[in-house]
Amino acid sequence: MQTNKGRVLQNKIFLKSIGGSAIFVTLLLVVFFFTLFIASWPAIKANGLSFLWGKTWDPINDHYGMLPFLIGTLITSFLALIISAPFSISAALFLGEYFPKGIIPNIFRNVIELLAAIPSIVYGFWGLFTIVPLVRSLEMKLGVPAMGLGIFSASLVLSIMLIPYSVSLIRQVISMTPVQLKEAAYSLGATRMEVIMKVILPANLSGISAGFLLSLGRALGETMAVTVLIGNATKLPTGIFSPSNTMASLIANEFSEAVGNVYSASLVEIGLLLFVVTTIINLIGRIIIKRFSVKL
Amino acid sequence: MTNIEIAGIKRRKATDSIFRYIVYGLTFTCLAVVFIILFYIFEKGITCIDWNMFSKLPKPVGESGGGVLNAIVGSLMIVSVAALIAIPLGVAVGVYLAEKRGKLAADRVSIAIDVLQGVPSIVIGMVVYVWMVKPLGENGFSSLSGSIALAIMMLPPVVKNTEETLVLIPTTIKEAALGLGASEFRMTMKILLPTGIGGIFTGCMLGIARIAGEVAPLLFTAFGNPYLNFNILKPVSTLPHIIFNYGTSPYDDWQRIAWGSSVILVSLILILNFIVKFFESKWKVQF
Repeated sequence: MQTNKGRVLQNKIFLKSIGGSAIFVTLLLVVFFFTLFIASWPAIKANGLSFLWGKTWDPINDHYGMLPFLIGTLITSFLALIISAPFSISAALFLGEYFPKGIIPNIFRNVIELLAAIPSIVYGFWGLFTIVPLVRSLEMKLGVPAMGLGIFSASLVLSIMLIPYSVSLIRQVISMTPVQLKEAAYSLGATRMEVIMKVILPANLSGISAGFLLSLGRALGETMAVTVLIGNATKLPTGIFSPSNTMASLIANEFSEAVGNVYSASLVEIGLLLFVVTTIINLIGRIIIKRFSVKL
Repeated sequence: MTNIEIAGIKRRKATDSIFRYIVYGLTFTCLAVVFIILFYIFEKGITCIDWNMFSKLPKPVGESGGGVLNAIVGSLMIVSVAALIAIPLGVAVGVYLAEKRGKLAADRVSIAIDVLQGVPSIVIGMVVYVWMVKPLGENGFSSLSGSIALAIMMLPPVVKNTEETLVLIPTTIKEAALGLGASEFRMTMKILLPTGIGGIFTGCMLGIARIAGEVAPLLFTAFGNPYLNFNILKPVSTLPHIIFNYGTSPYDDWQRIAWGSSVILVSLILILNFIVKFFESKWKVQF
């Protein structure tokens, strides 16, 4: 019977192709790494290890050090995480513990998730017209050079962008708390705050930290909003109000204009580091948070 | 109870309600922020939208009345080609993950998908630049390279939603099909995919919503183009790209165009999200 043979063959091709697609997608990450590594090889050779702590970024004299952008990235991301943390934890408690079910909390959840729908570049554009003037007047009051653009503005907008992700992750972690634990505490006469502070948060400490870690990974790679707001400076930042560049925003600002082999390869090297760091952060965060059966 | 104990309980109750109000307050601040942002964008942008936006090409500085037709066409082109690449590939991987669930290999693949979701978009753009743009030199920038970068970004939501839907389909139904002599291929095509179409559709919409607003990976792939272009091997502009270029310019006319584009883009993405929310509950696999 021809049809039977045909069907067996068809089925074989089908199974091979879904397996092949899965392997292909998995290999993408490996291919990413090698693509970036090979493309940045001229820079790795020319700059050496001092690339990591070099303070000057001077394309004209072909002298490259990424410390300003490393510091810029770390300050911007951590500041954003610290600003957003009280809001994300509160909203997660509100939706995961105070009002886990019902129509109104469901609407609240969807409204907060809308924050994730707004494109990064629109955040940047919005921030340029609202946050930047606010920061500028704050700077005038504080007596620092009032530029408006800088790390603080970028962090403020970035913190808003992080809220939907951290709320969604932490809410899922919190709502998985075993009921027995909570009820045991309530039966001993604990108030809700005491249950939250002494049972829910400590019991879920690793999951909540993983939620913040994954948000941090997102903050490190966030590009467009930061590019618009951070002020594009290549010097070492002196404070949270000074203009700077993150690794991602530097690439966005300079890569399409990078002439010269070592210059563009140095930018690829920064991209390689960004890729490696975010991959490690995502791996660790995912391994921890999957224990709470959280949907990423 | 002694007075001291009663005072202690009162104090604890008081701190509890203060804590509750702080939690409520911060949550409502989050909600308020959403409305402030959306309101500001729509208030600024809605007046900038007229028919010219949809029918004309951008004008040079100083001339008012230009539009973003090139970017609308570019966005449609880039996103549809990206979807054409990502949907079949993503659904195939999703089917694989659902079938091999619990096996080590499937676990590895699903870790890779999660990590892929976290790769910064600008890095994806850079990789595709090295693959497709750099080898071709000066004329390397193309809509197709942008689509490939966006397709990679679109994969994770498609894969995950496909897998999650297919896993919900009871084994008994699959076994019934296999028992009647259907091959895995027929079973997938005639039973799994039609049953799970709602979830797969949701995943595709989410993926499109995710990439429609992206510009970071397009900076050095699709590059931008002030003229109308239908050729996928030539550079194109997209709506988010216009917002980036015109929004950061000091000219009023250009900023108006950027505000108008923001409203078009945000409305589109919000509509996609509403479609997802609507179908998520309607088409959910239930047995």
